[in-house]
Amino acid sequence: MIGAPIIETRGLSKRFGGVPAVDGVDFSLGEGELRCLIGPNGAGKSTFFKMITGQLRPTAGQVLFRGADVTGYERHRLAGLRIGIKTQVPNVFDGLDVRESLRLAARRFHRPAAAARTVDDILQTAGLAAIAGRKVGELGHGQRQWIELGMLLASDPQLLLLDEPTAGMTTDEVARTAALIGTMRQRRAMIVVEHDMQFVRMIAEVVTVFHQGRVLMEAPVGEVLRDPRVREVYLGRQADRHA
Amino acid sequence: MKLGVSDAGRLALAAAGVAAMIVLPRVVELFTLVELAVFCILAILALSLAFVWGFGGILSFGQSAFFGLGGYAYALAIANIGESTVPILLGILVPMLFAVLLGYFMFYGRISDVYLAVITLTVSLIFYHLINSTSGPDYMIGKARLGGHNGIPGIPPINLPGDPAAQLDIAVVFQVSLATLLLVYFGLRALLASQFGRVLVAIRENELRAELLGYDARRYKLFAFTIGAGIAGLAGVLFATWGSFIGPSVFSIGFSAQIIIWIIIGGLGTLGGAVLGTVLIQYLTTWLGESKIADANLVLGVVFIVFVLLVPNGLVPTARKLMSARRRVGR
Repeated sequence: MIGAPIIETRGLSKRFGGVPAVDGVDFSLGEGELRCLIGPNGAGKSTFFKMITGQLRPTAGQVLFRGADVTGYERHRLAGLRIGIKTQVPNVFDGLDVRESLRLAARRFHRPAAAARTVDDILQTAGLAAIAGRKVGELGHGQRQWIELGMLLASDPQLLLLDEPTAGMTTDEVARTAALIGTMRQRRAMIVVEHDMQFVRMIAEVVTVFHQGRVLMEAPVGEVLRDPRVREVYLGRQADRHA
Repeated sequence: MKLGVSDAGRLALAAAGVAAMIVLPRVVELFTLVELAVFCILAILALSLAFVWGFGGILSFGQSAFFGLGGYAYALAIANIGESTVPILLGILVPMLFAVLLGYFMFYGRISDVYLAVITLTVSLIFYHLINSTSGPDYMIGKARLGGHNGIPGIPPINLPGDPAAQLDIAVVFQVSLATLLLVYFGLRALLASQFGRVLVAIRENELRAELLGYDARRYKLFAFTIGAGIAGLAGVLFATWGSFIGPSVFSIGFSAQIIIWIIIGGLGTLGGAVLGTVLIQYLTTWLGESKIADANLVLGVVFIVFVLLVPNGLVPTARKLMSARRRVGR
């Protein structure tokens, strides 16, 4: 553990009809820590993610940000706490250009001059400078994902919550995304929900495995990948192939 | 100050507007002037929806309700007060207040876009039936009769502030209407260029992303909706003084739909398109009405269908596209 938790859940649960999607999850992430959430389809990791990002209201339990109860906060209030959220499907401003998208993100928490500097920095670090004037809607899937990550970076969050940042990307794009997430990391705490095990191996430190709405195990990435229970529920033969 | 092409264009537009204000009353017939004044007034109404719908992404099917509220507020207030300054302000404030109330429930209740259109339409129809059923002397507000389906005739014109005797003649009404149109147009331009306007457009583009960046979409939309209602109300005031009459037909479905048609023909997402669409359609309607070549509604229906099929983006966006394509070819 690295210091006090920045985000914590206590007994977090969500039922759809009678079916529990997430069932009493106690979770905690330290300041500056990076955590990957993995699990098979239907394990509840996306539902869990939606609850801590204000997209779904929990049936029971609490979400705490630095000790304060933020359960059921509106999305803009979570963002106001400097929590940067990337959804699974890229949510970007298709009709705006790349620079304006980043500017809107930076401007929420910075004065105009500082926002302009931040935007220029990010255009460089995220490798978006060449397409700064292009409309986001005209760009490819990978670029749109990076623009979304760039927008998060522009708002200078203290906690980053990313839902499948490499979904639908080519191998090259995945590597570039891993590098970008590395630069975004710095001293920020981060939760990444991910499907792609190669990518998890690239970035992960500690991994939390979800299974049937509960936390199956929580351990460093190497240990998790060797664990027979994890292999059984999630990786199956695929793990043997990649091992 | 640096002036871009679009700045130069706007300056030219403002200059043309001022020139029209000075020259037209001297050269055109009174009848034409009366007609031009109403085009300006309806264009202001169109601008209010062009802003709310085209930039805020809020399809208000009842924009005419605010127009009607403004007109009625003015008519009832001036009948009681006898001087036009306060009634004009009321004609703007009453629709705004109503928009705050209605908008609060719609936006903070997270009503989806389709239901929002239905609700605004319904509200407009409620006013239509409410006002229609107020015939007879029982329905009085102060000294003024609501008049039911007969409407309120004989509404006094605008006077110079503080001097009820100094009433504006029709040439000045035209000038005031055109000046108001220009002010509303440039005011909305400035608002859209501000941080508020840019966030509003971002919310139209992707509400979830805007909220995840920390902007409260509900507040921005409520503000835009209220501004739109104020502008529509102002148009309603001018309309009531222009014809010295306001009736419940301003709340009818036909009138609500007309505003939407002006905007679709001119081009959604532009302000200039709304003005152009309004003037073209209104001119066509008047001309058909006078020349009796064909039934106006029939022709307008055909025009609308042709536009939806062949120019679905509307006149202004299509013209822009053609011009930028030609520039590229020319190079």
